[in-house]
Amino acid sequence: MAENKFNTPQIREYPVIPALEKEATLHLAPFKSKEEFQSSLGYPGELVDNWQEKALDKMGDLLKKYRSLRVYLDSCMQCGACTDKCHYYLGTKDPNNMPVGRQNLMRSVYRRYFTLPGKYFPKLVGAQDLTKEVLDEWYSYYHQCSQCRRCAVFCPIGIDTAEISMAAREVMDSIGVGQKYCNEIIGKVHKIGNNLGLPEPALEDTLEGLEEDVVDEVGIDVKFPLDQKGADVLLVTPSADFFAEPHVDGLIGYAKVFHQAGISWTLSSHASEAANFGMFIGSYENMRKLALRIREAALELNVKRIVFGECGHAWRVAYSFLNTLAGPFDFLDSRYPVPQHICEVTNDLIDKKVLNFDKSANDDMTLTYHDSCNVARASNMGGIMGGQFSIPRKIIKAAANNYFDMDEETIKEKTYCCGGGGGLLTDDLIELRVKGALPRMEALKQVVDEKGVTHMAAICAICKSQFSKVFQYYGLELDQIVSLHQLVGNALIMNKKEV
Amino acid sequence: MSFVTILYAVLFYVAAIILFVGLAYRIYEYSIIPAPLKIPTPPAPQTQRGVIFRFFKEVVLFESLFSATKWTWLFSWLFHFALLLAAFRHLKYFTDPVWFWVSFDIVQAAGHYGAYVMIFGLLGLLGRRIFVDRVRYISSPSDYLILILIISIALTGLMMKWFQTDILAVRQFFLGLMYFQLSELPNDFMLLIHLSLVILLMIIFPYSKLLHAPGLFFSPTRNQTDTAREKRHISKWAREIEN
Repeated sequence: MAENKFNTPQIREYPVIPALEKEATLHLAPFKSKEEFQSSLGYPGELVDNWQEKALDKMGDLLKKYRSLRVYLDSCMQCGACTDKCHYYLGTKDPNNMPVGRQNLMRSVYRRYFTLPGKYFPKLVGAQDLTKEVLDEWYSYYHQCSQCRRCAVFCPIGIDTAEISMAAREVMDSIGVGQKYCNEIIGKVHKIGNNLGLPEPALEDTLEGLEEDVVDEVGIDVKFPLDQKGADVLLVTPSADFFAEPHVDGLIGYAKVFHQAGISWTLSSHASEAANFGMFIGSYENMRKLALRIREAALELNVKRIVFGECGHAWRVAYSFLNTLAGPFDFLDSRYPVPQHICEVTNDLIDKKVLNFDKSANDDMTLTYHDSCNVARASNMGGIMGGQFSIPRKIIKAAANNYFDMDEETIKEKTYCCGGGGGLLTDDLIELRVKGALPRMEALKQVVDEKGVTHMAAICAICKSQFSKVFQYYGLELDQIVSLHQLVGNALIMNKKEV
Repeated sequence: MSFVTILYAVLFYVAAIILFVGLAYRIYEYSIIPAPLKIPTPPAPQTQRGVIFRFFKEVVLFESLFSATKWTWLFSWLFHFALLLAAFRHLKYFTDPVWFWVSFDIVQAAGHYGAYVMIFGLLGLLGRRIFVDRVRYISSPSDYLILILIISIALTGLMMKWFQTDILAVRQFFLGLMYFQLSELPNDFMLLIHLSLVILLMIIFPYSKLLHAPGLFFSPTRNQTDTAREKRHISKWAREIEN
């Protein structure tokens, strides 16, 4: 296995910025998408003959459609402020994983073909031809960006590398060079309804099984409804919540919250996936198609509210883009924001004293919280500035006694990505995932050593899967990552009389 | 009219057209390209007033850069601030009558000493490019040359203290350019070098990374309000897909 061919980075007591190692991870290119998946998304199956011309056409098209792309390719001063901000650079030392290094792979091509100085003095301004070698570099390094936007927070101009890697992936898709993991998954959602390709009967079975588990555990008949017309809430959650640990414990937590609050809710087999991988590949059209499933489900089930489960990138698309992609949602109850995050729902219920907790139920854990990148830097909760940071922490503290934050430089808007976001949560990139997790692992290790932290809570399916996988490389146990609503579910005092 | 006067007059007109028309065209281009999605970065303001406050902090204090790297912040903030002071001092060449505050001793002195601060800041930035491996890796020749160009402008400006010229005649020349009444430019070596470098800077501005100045204001991560749920944000081309 590829897993044996690399060394896990050392946890350092005092993290320093590493010296460059050129082309350290050039070899890390994910598997390419096969023809059937490419074509189901409307892309050519393999590299087209006149790929260079087609790629430049596509770039020109995107430069006219996305102000971010154009302004960001023009405006970089190459000041270097971002150079030590990317977890992949810190973990791999490859200069093309510095945000500006990654951007320059496209910027150099932009300058060569779209600017006057680049046309006449390419060497002077660092412009280069779009050759096959450059395309290969694009493929490697634009699939080593988790679109976490940490660089954009520190950039004096606000240049967001995610915008550039999304555009690069879209350009590559348009000439037949797609990534297997993302494109296969999008194909599954189009065809079946969720990332895991879980068909409706299987989903129904799973939910019935969960109902039995909960009855066994707490003796209360908590329902997990599917396709229930007329329910108040449509819950859209990442499909990992349906069976993988610790995700499924989060789903049980949501169900307990709805049950205890007496809110009628349902899942949808048509929109059985919160994650929207259309964003990862920068495709507005694909993103829109996936988002429309949620609108269709809401209309079909005649719900009043849409609530999203714990999923970072999903919450970005939901909070920031859903109204744009699939709105307006004037057919829903206007007293609630559309959509809502499950944490917002739980938080409101805590404020209204509808939910009460026995915090001691979580006393076997000392907790910290990992701000998932797309929740932290691309969304909000509660309609208050910084609500996406304060609300999850408030819920954890309501449900558990022992809580400590990690180092200030590694949380909230400065949080580090888990190392698996943005379409990189695939085994063919395990080396990158392990190395990219380094900064988070260092911050976690610090509170483990100094505060006795035993578990880290997160509200993102990708984070949870990634940590379950990479913890072992850093000497941690895979069950040390927990769902936030797992804590809620553990501690929630359930009122049996209401059943 | 001397040949030098006519040459510089022509060059200044050409450079001014490239600078102002070029910049206006860039701004026009940026303004017509849609931002189809809401992508503000935290802490994202929810009101337009909040966005203005955010820009105030970015433009005046370089807030993001400060949180990123203190050295780069120090050098670049000093450079930009000193550049502003130097620009104030130079307003005496372009205003008639000279704006009252421009002739204050403190404004003139600050402009003069600002040149030293500017050179200090620029040398710091240049030093980072040379000595920090990450910044060296991303630097192309033009990155060094732009720094050297601006350092040279500041240095030749300072040198005017020792290579004196008839500043009243210089002022008359620029006012003449502005009001289309050409007047003789002193034929002094250091002055002509200083002006040549300024002309070069004006010409490259709309074609270089100096576009970060207008670019900042068009940066969607910074200029958007965080109101995605409250108000539907949709661009023209996205609306066309819907039909």
